[in-house]
Amino acid sequence: MLAYNFDWGVLWRQPYGEWLLQGLWLTIQLGCLAWVIALSLGILFGTLRSVQFLPLKIIGTVYIEIFRNVPFLVQLFFWFYAGPMLFGQTLQFKINSISGLNYWVAVVALGLYTASRVGEHVRAGFASIGHGQYDAVLSTGMTPLQMYWHVIIPHALRLVIPPLTTEFLTIFKNSSVAMTIGVAETTFMSYKIDEQTFHGLEATTGAMAIYLVLGMTVVKLMDFIETRFRIPGLVRR
Amino acid sequence: MFNAILENLPYLLRGFLTNVQLAVFALGGGLFLGALVGLGRISERPWVYHPVTVYVNFLRNIPLILVIFWFYFVMPILVGRTLDPFVSAAVSFIVFEATYFGEIFRAGFQSISKDLVGAAYSTGLNYRQTAAYILVPIAFRRMLPSLITQSIITFQDTSLAYVIGLQEMVRRTTIVDSMEVRSIQLYSFVALLFFIICFVGSRISRHYEEKSRKAKVL
Repeated sequence: MLAYNFDWGVLWRQPYGEWLLQGLWLTIQLGCLAWVIALSLGILFGTLRSVQFLPLKIIGTVYIEIFRNVPFLVQLFFWFYAGPMLFGQTLQFKINSISGLNYWVAVVALGLYTASRVGEHVRAGFASIGHGQYDAVLSTGMTPLQMYWHVIIPHALRLVIPPLTTEFLTIFKNSSVAMTIGVAETTFMSYKIDEQTFHGLEATTGAMAIYLVLGMTVVKLMDFIETRFRIPGLVRR
Repeated sequence: MFNAILENLPYLLRGFLTNVQLAVFALGGGLFLGALVGLGRISERPWVYHPVTVYVNFLRNIPLILVIFWFYFVMPILVGRTLDPFVSAAVSFIVFEATYFGEIFRAGFQSISKDLVGAAYSTGLNYRQTAAYILVPIAFRRMLPSLITQSIITFQDTSLAYVIGLQEMVRRTTIVDSMEVRSIQLYSFVALLFFIICFVGSRISRHYEEKSRKAKVL
């Protein structure tokens, strides 16, 4: 054992306590904003992957497979360092001079990445709906588009609420990777406290407590949503 | 156009080897500890069940990157000297991934019905034989797709050891990129390497999933 003087005061002594809270606020922002992108694109690509029309199916499959099989850190660095270069030299300098660029890159990258995971759950939701239902809906005279919009998508979405709860929790955890491009979220702040005070152990422990409370809050919230949108007659999972 | 990659290829691939090595340790240790965690989660002894459950539920709420930092800070205090980032990263991966593997094992163990155990006993098999010839093979077959998927996630996660300065592939790519400024090619190359391995892995997982669905084992 190395002699180590614990100083839990770094968790509430100013400015460090405030830093952690500012970090938490940024974590919440990143998670929620990215979730909007993840949910809309995830439902879109998950649906595309499930349809019979081959060109659309390929688009959905390619998107999901690429974004799921590359580590998020690599995706984040690609968008942050290589992303602006994709627009050509003149635009590149303009983009790089945007203030708070890293924040928005983190939101978009996290959203695009999580969309692939949401898409997989949506696809699984579609797959779990029996063929009989498709036939029954079409026999009522609905067009395939009406069938998806009015029956299949609402049904599948309710089925995938439990796995999406897990995904919503994961998005806050994954937002910690944004620290690597300098977004001052919770994990970044705990590391910054270490740089200033050399009490990284206490700071990271405090950050863990913050994530724990955040996680439990999200679970409570999603429990409520799950109960609210449960399909009557289905066994509660 | 690809000179930046070709000239630094040995350097980058040595970094990739570090990812693979880290994944080997993480998977070996994570599966072993995970199996124990899975057993603890179905244990009927409260002094086993409760601590293991707290451990699992706690770590599953914490980002891996923070766990990596925490062990990076705590290990020198426990051991009494500064450690190689690889050792510290390996320990954090084992402790972290074991909670995920543990839940897969728990689900696998719980998927075996009591009737099946009763049927095995009624044919005259003893406890050890029932476990070895009936329970473990069936549970393993059911768990295999999830285990492969989680192994792929673990392999992707090894890139996060970047944050404590481990010389893995992403760290080395940022170093090369800072000299060569060929971000598009370099990061696409890293992405491609990870993609190939993870995509093949996910196909294998899908294959076993389909196989067990067609076989309709119990």
